[in-house]
Amino acid sequence: MDKYVCDICGYVYDPEAGDPDNGVSPGTAFADLPADWVCPVCGASKDDFSKED
Amino acid sequence: MNAVEIAKGVYSVGVIDWNIRDFHGYSVENGSTYNAFLIVDEKVVLIDTVKKGFEDQLLANIAQVIDPKKIDIMISNHTEMDHSGSLPRIMHAIGEDKPLYCSKMGQKNLSEHFKQPWKYHAVENGETLDIGSRSLTFLETRMLHWPDSMFTYCKEDKILFSSDAFGQHYAGFELFDDVVGHTIMSHAKKYFANILMLYTAKILKVLEQVRESGLEIDMICPDHGIIWRKEPEKIIAAYDKWSRQAGEKKAIVVYDTMWHSTQKMAEAIASGIAAEGVFAKPVHIRSSHRSDIMTEVLDAKAVVVGSPTLNNNIFPTVSDVLTYMKGLKPKNKIGAAFGSYGWSGESVKLIRAELEAMKFDMMASDLRVQYVPDDAGLESCVAFGREIGRAVNKALE
Repeated sequence: MDKYVCDICGYVYDPEAGDPDNGVSPGTAFADLPADWVCPVCGASKDDFSKED
Repeated sequence: MNAVEIAKGVYSVGVIDWNIRDFHGYSVENGSTYNAFLIVDEKVVLIDTVKKGFEDQLLANIAQVIDPKKIDIMISNHTEMDHSGSLPRIMHAIGEDKPLYCSKMGQKNLSEHFKQPWKYHAVENGETLDIGSRSLTFLETRMLHWPDSMFTYCKEDKILFSSDAFGQHYAGFELFDDVVGHTIMSHAKKYFANILMLYTAKILKVLEQVRESGLEIDMICPDHGIIWRKEPEKIIAAYDKWSRQAGEKKAIVVYDTMWHSTQKMAEAIASGIAAEGVFAKPVHIRSSHRSDIMTEVLDAKAVVVGSPTLNNNIFPTVSDVLTYMKGLKPKNKIGAAFGSYGWSGESVKLIRAELEAMKFDMMASDLRVQYVPDDAGLESCVAFGREIGRAVNKALE
């Protein structure tokens, strides 16, 4: 599964790790994150993320 | 500086740092201030503190208005040490049991900085605190410019305590925009270019939200420099314009040189650009500070970078500027690379790769001249400059 990087602050969403602090279990693909999920570091929305090269 | 009443019951109690010249790699030729604000109402509130080393002045300023022990609530809009460095001392002076209001990220970051068992109150975005005849609303502004950044807004006085946003590094007894005059805009611009340029997408969103919410702002109190009271809308409009990064009819030719060959090229290229009616400025890196270069980059449409080849590489000072520029993520720029070389000449290719990584719209070709540019070499520089000038004109049509 692809990692996604926040264009605002540089945080990398790793699907293998998920975002358990905000209710996202490990193994959740970026595409499957809820639409209202935001970057845990800076609060940017999903459309501020790009696929990591 | 003394405590100054900026609105009824609202005091500026910050300090002036006359002597600072290097602010984490940003040159502050006029020094700076660390602003803090005291609101005396049924509850007494202090917004932000100052850099470590200035605690005594802050406490003395507060004491001109009220006994620091009477402060009921401490608000931290931003964790960075120039605003939080005095927190341990201030919390000790006002009472360690007093609530410390900050954003969620503020609580996390302050805890990691200071490891103190303070009584944190992490606010929700939009949360309001009643302090008597006034209410304070907290507006999260994550990544403007740290994850913890927030604004505190006082509806009754229409004052926005904006943390680092709208700030300027300027030391002076002139406390307000109408006192200091228009020269302050160049400091505000430099601040924006060096601290906020990389967050322009975010800034445009925040400005849009402020417009939509109909927030009335009579006064903006940033954590550095003067207070905007006469024309707060002027600095908001400037932020809007700078954030769009459309670029002006301007090109900056940034270079360093070993034996003046790349310098000759830079000046000839700049003259070619100017011949197309575009404002052009050659900037020798070792005669300028990287933070001043970024101020020029902010509104330039084209950024042309030149370096001699030293030991098969870019000249180190040019790398310094490129690294700094890359981090600040300038947008919508036309890029070009040039340089003089002796035998291998790698620098130009390396600069092109750096500018491409910054997503600059690169000129089709680069320009290299071996050793010293002769008349023909200089003519090729002028022609190269003209091409860049035409590209700028075309992009701004």
